[in-house]
Amino acid sequence: MSCFLTKSSLGKKLVMSITGAFLVLFILFHMSMNLTAILSPDGYNAICRFLGANWYALAGTAVLALGVLVHFLYALMLTVDNYRARGKQRYAVTVTEPGVSWASKNMLVIGFIVLAGLLLHLFNFWAKMQLIEVLGGHASVVGGHTIAATDGAALIAYTFSKWYYVILYLLWFAALWFHLTHGVWSMFQTVGWANDTWYPRLKCIANVVATLVFLGFAAVVVVYFIKSCCPCCCGA
Amino acid sequence: MNFTLKIWRQKDAKSKGAFETYKVENISADTSFLEMLDILNNNLVHEGKEPVAFDHDCREGICGMCSLHIDGQAHGPSQGATTCQIYMRKFEDGATITIEPWRSAAFPVIKDLVVNRSAYDQILQAGGFISVRTNSVPDANAIPIPKADADESMDAAACIGCGACAATCKNGSAMLFVAARVSSLAKLPQGRVEAARRAKAMVAKMDELGFGNCTNTGACQAECPKSISIAHIARLNREFLSAKLED
Repeated sequence: MSCFLTKSSLGKKLVMSITGAFLVLFILFHMSMNLTAILSPDGYNAICRFLGANWYALAGTAVLALGVLVHFLYALMLTVDNYRARGKQRYAVTVTEPGVSWASKNMLVIGFIVLAGLLLHLFNFWAKMQLIEVLGGHASVVGGHTIAATDGAALIAYTFSKWYYVILYLLWFAALWFHLTHGVWSMFQTVGWANDTWYPRLKCIANVVATLVFLGFAAVVVVYFIKSCCPCCCGA
Repeated sequence: MNFTLKIWRQKDAKSKGAFETYKVENISADTSFLEMLDILNNNLVHEGKEPVAFDHDCREGICGMCSLHIDGQAHGPSQGATTCQIYMRKFEDGATITIEPWRSAAFPVIKDLVVNRSAYDQILQAGGFISVRTNSVPDANAIPIPKADADESMDAAACIGCGACAATCKNGSAMLFVAARVSSLAKLPQGRVEAARRAKAMVAKMDELGFGNCTNTGACQAECPKSISIAHIARLNREFLSAKLED
């Protein structure tokens, strides 16, 4: 079995599909959690305290990190295989075939953008929240302000008061949108749960999931940016 | 009609190839693409030059022998047609047409536009068959088969093994070909007996021969001259994964 998951082309794709499904579920959870920050900053901070550096949150983070790592390493392995299979001599003329999405042909490049965004996000939030607590601290100094490790709402408010972070995060969510429009339906295809009747439905589901994720994450960024620009009109 | 042709010329498998430009004139709009190449070759022979080598056989779209990557598309600009079924009226008068061989590590160029597609034969030999006694012909209706299953099987069996799927795929994946063969047999009771062994053996051979991994772009079904659906790839995935889980 282990041999099949590391050596067979379909085994490797299965690993991509399962880790991808896991990451999509996590992203949906994270997005839902973030929306709380719009409705109630105190409620959001309650979630931050609940997660924090507790054993279950650390175990979840470790599994999540493993999921990202495996998904990334397998993407590299598959790409190297595919590059070799394509051969050294490339076509002089190529076209985009009808019905083929741009995202489907550029998943690795989009994936790198998503990964870069993830690293920025870890620096902006995780390093100042869970990591601080793991290291025994309770707060960090961000932009001259001392922000408690459990005060996620304050960290969000600070980060998205900066226009450059707003742009970088929106670009990150856009890359994630492209990645999910192909990835979500593709994971059903890889495990064999697809047919001609279901392709339009699966692609529709993929677009809906990708759009919900984009709008959910972007809403927090945009709302907090508007709050920072115009504190009186947003009740901040 | 007049055309400028940019054709890949390569002396043999080991030589380095390059594009050469030729002109063909007074071509009828109803000339097939391969006939246009025949006219070019006739001219080249009269000029004492080496004709362009290209694969062809039945010229009826069923043998799977013709290939050619024409202006960036396997089998040229028509959907659901082989190169031999393309007519010059599909092109603009005076157009420059770029003609390349299939590009895939598993399909090495033999000469000019001819590639070695024996890798597909090896995949078929690994499991693309059913084991039956070869004595008197059994009654065709002895085993009832639902019409929908027979239709789906026949859709997959329409694969002519031309190699357009692997040639088009950005990953050089042969999944549509393997899927069509596995699917056409898996949908019939005669093929079910060896379905698990077949899926595993054909996928293993496909991997061994250096074909790439499917990333579900769907480019193969768009360029397949028989319009075979990637739904057959989903079935291959099901067949293979369930066979592996039973191991």
